[in-house]
Amino acid sequence: MLNFLQRLGATGLETLAVFGRSGIIWWHALWGWPDWRNGPRLLIRQLYFVGVYSLVIIVVSGIFIGMVLALQGYTVLVRFGADQALGQLVSLALIRELGPVVAALLFAGRAGSALTAEIGLMKATEQLASMEMIGVDPLKRVLRPRLWAGMISMPILAQIFNMVAIWGAVAVGVDWLQVDAGSFWANMQSAVEFREDVVNGLIKSVAFGAVVTWIAVFQGYDAAPTSEGISTATTRTVVYSSLAILGMDFLLTAVMFGVK
Amino acid sequence: MRLRTVEISVGAFMLAGILALAFLAIQVSGLSIRENNRATYTLYAHFNNVAGLAVRAKVSMAGVVIGRVTSITLDPKDGRAKVAMSIDKSVNYLTTDTIAAIQTAGILGEKYIALSNGGDPDILKDGDEITDTQSALVLEDLIGKFLTSMGNKKD
Repeated sequence: MLNFLQRLGATGLETLAVFGRSGIIWWHALWGWPDWRNGPRLLIRQLYFVGVYSLVIIVVSGIFIGMVLALQGYTVLVRFGADQALGQLVSLALIRELGPVVAALLFAGRAGSALTAEIGLMKATEQLASMEMIGVDPLKRVLRPRLWAGMISMPILAQIFNMVAIWGAVAVGVDWLQVDAGSFWANMQSAVEFREDVVNGLIKSVAFGAVVTWIAVFQGYDAAPTSEGISTATTRTVVYSSLAILGMDFLLTAVMFGVK
Repeated sequence: MRLRTVEISVGAFMLAGILALAFLAIQVSGLSIRENNRATYTLYAHFNNVAGLAVRAKVSMAGVVIGRVTSITLDPKDGRAKVAMSIDKSVNYLTTDTIAAIQTAGILGEKYIALSNGGDPDILKDGDEITDTQSALVLEDLIGKFLTSMGNKKD
């Protein structure tokens, strides 16, 4: 009994310590005096690796998710003679939920794991330690541009995802299944509010971007400096960030769209 | 990787994001309505009740879409709803005794305006008004009437 209590307490303290450590690292890496000389160059480089490289998977899955949504929505709606509501269904589902969430899940798998592996390997090969040796703060030099790049590119990716998915839905719904194009767009435009839906979706994706890169960077920074440690850390990044995205999505949805 | 290619692709990436946001703002949430550049002319009609009719709803004749509702306003003179419709230029044979009725596509479907042609020799021109109109059917009113008539029968 006492042993069990002890183990429980130890696990709790350890979890708390991890949260505290990751919070401190995040805070120190993200805020502080900006480095005007090297900062923009490093940030652009990370935007390239984190954002531009994720573009292909985002665009391709966006098209297919939009097409599937339109197809499934149509088969149900057409039974009630409400197939004009397809645009509304697809756009609200995408802009409020699927766009930010699916884009963030893909982002965690595509960019988060790469960030963890990169930083973990830097640690294993003692690049981080040697940076400290020559007086460069690895938090500012390595972690900061990656964190900012994640927060900047995630909303961009989510909006591109939304746009492409709606095009996919138009291709299936309007061009193939012959839903009236005017009703499709008109219902969509009357249903979607810019402030309420688009901006809230944007806020969601910024939050997801911050959390995914935070988890990825911390797991890499905190990884055991062995090949096994890096592989564990990469797995953890994907698992933890997926869970965090889905959990946070529920909370944000409850706050943004919940019963008032 | 040369810095120039990196910078160019990051710039294109951010531009794509801004374009996507603009698309969502304008096309999807309808911050400003897309202009239809097909040649149209405008007709007006007054209705007692337009419940459920939306701007950009269809205007159809014999089931064929020939135009769109462009605006719905309340006429301050008589307290009725004034509906402006843009009709395709090619449909230039609507007579002055055309009937405009607000109908529903299916029980739960959207409202649209159905025009049916009359036999008058005069033709409606740009800016003219359709005088013969039938308002939207309000289901609650119908049910209410039905229930009262049922009640009256029992007495």
